[in-house]
This record gives sequence, structure tokens and C-alpha cells, in this order.
Amino acid sequence: MTERYSRNMKTFSTEDQAALLSSRVCVVGLGGLGGTVTEILARLGIGTLTLIDGDVFEESNLNRQLLCTMERIGKPKAEAAGTRVKEINPTVKTHIHKLFLDDHNANRLLEGNDVVVDCLDNLKTRYILERAARAAIIPMVSAAVAGTYGQITTIFPEDQGLRLIYGSEEDVPQKGAETFLGTLPYTASILASLECSEVTKILLKRGSLLRKKLLIIDLMNNNIETLNL
Amino acid sequence: MSATIQIKLFATLGKYLPDSAENFRIEPGISVQELVLELGIPTESAKLIFINGEKAGLSSKLAGGERVGIFPPVGGG
Repeated sequence: MTERYSRNMKTFSTEDQAALLSSRVCVVGLGGLGGTVTEILARLGIGTLTLIDGDVFEESNLNRQLLCTMERIGKPKAEAAGTRVKEINPTVKTHIHKLFLDDHNANRLLEGNDVVVDCLDNLKTRYILERAARAAIIPMVSAAVAGTYGQITTIFPEDQGLRLIYGSEEDVPQKGAETFLGTLPYTASILASLECSEVTKILLKRGSLLRKKLLIIDLMNNNIETLNL
Repeated sequence: MSATIQIKLFATLGKYLPDSAENFRIEPGISVQELVLELGIPTESAKLIFINGEKAGLSSKLAGGERVGIFPPVGGG
């Protein structure tokens, strides 16, 4: 194992690190959550990353999206993610898709992955992703943020999943409280870190997961709680 | 006879939090829906409800002594 992973391996065994290096993780949405998730997973040593986002950077992304720089305004987020992974860890294989996830491409895009990380910025597409994760029979780690509030859960194919949080797909609005509260960099970063922690525990089959649970964080009042769904 | 509950409102619902949120007086037996109406929260914004850390619903009843958390839908990334 290379020196690169020496600090990981104060916590992980050689077998753990090898398991991460042979794992395939898909990140859907490469904004505030997804940019940070990509950065962490590349440093962690996930072997293959499938990175999906059809969007380009806008000036309003600069407050929180690690992949967004002045030079990259107007450039595709997926390309920036691929470039960043190679800068950090060229041994990580990347599959870059400059596409928005939809009902037609979701199953194909998730194929061959071990876990998918939901870093989307709207509610409707999260249900499309959940369906595709079920079809691929892989777990999905899902987080969402609005202002100083964030929440995260982990959904296995047999779990009820998003409907326990948002209700039925037909009734769910396109956007939630983030329309009024915006998205802050430190809220997005902490939720992205929690997503990576869940991904790691799933891949290493260790620790307790947020299955049928919702971890909520209210940073304005320093309230962190895990609720039973 | 009245009882008290602890109310926690999250994200956009914070503005509806009453001053007495830590010891909010209720009539025992009221539903969460009635509480939501009393607080002035639009019902469609009360998407997710927990009582004492367990998922509940608008029709769930409150006896007093509970901790009630109400959340709007959140989807930002």
C-alpha cells in the first residue's frame, strides 16, 4: 500500500484499504454536496468513481461548490470533477457523464456500481435515482441541505426510503426549503462528509448505518439528532 | 386540564416557533394537525413529523410531555 494511504490506515486495515480501492461508487449531482463528496472519495482511495452532472458552473455556485472556481464559470461540472480527481489521485478510475439523470438513462448510468451517493439539488430526481438504485440492487446514501439545516439517510433496495421522508413521489414538490434559505458552504460540507462516512461503512461492512433513520443537523442551534423513520 | 410539550421547528418553519416552545401548553389529546394549525404552519409545509424521535403523522395525538419535531421538505445540494 502506498504512502498516500498511510493516514487512512491508522483506522483501516490493509484489507479495508484494498476493499476501498476495488470499490465503485457513483456520485449523482456535483454541486455543493457532490463536489465535496468527490474530493473526499478520491482522497479516501475509492477505486472507481462514476461522476454525473449535466450542469455548468454559475457564479452563485462559488459560495459552496469546491469544484467551482472563477475560471470554471460556464464550464461543465462533470469535467471539473474528473480533472480534480486526477489532480488528487490519478490511480482512481473515473467515468464522467455530462448528463442530467432521468428515467431513460438512470439504470444504465448506475450499472456496475457498489453504492450511489445522492447529491442532487431537487426532490423529483431523487426518486428517479432511488428507483434506479433499487433496480441495480445497490444502497443509496442521500443527503439534502437548506440554510443551516441538513439531513441524511441511507436506503437499501428493500427499504421504504424517500417516501418516509418526503411522502409519495406524485405529491413531492420540485424544490424544498432551500428555495427560501439557500445553501451554505459549511452545511453542505458537513453533510458531504457524513455521506462519505456512510459510503465507507457500507463498503467495509462495518459500523452502524443510517438505515431507516434520518440524521438531522441544525447548525444554528447546534442540534444534531438521529431520528427513527 | 392542560399539559405541556416541547416543540422544535426546522429550516423554514423556525419562524413559527412560539416563545414558549420549551413548555408549550396543549389540551391533552389534540392531534399534531391541530398543533400545526395553532402554530400557523401551512399544513403542506409540515412534511415530516417526529414525536420523541420516532416518525409520526398529522393525525398522531399528543398527551403532554412529548418532544415534537416538525420539518418541511428539504432538497438542496
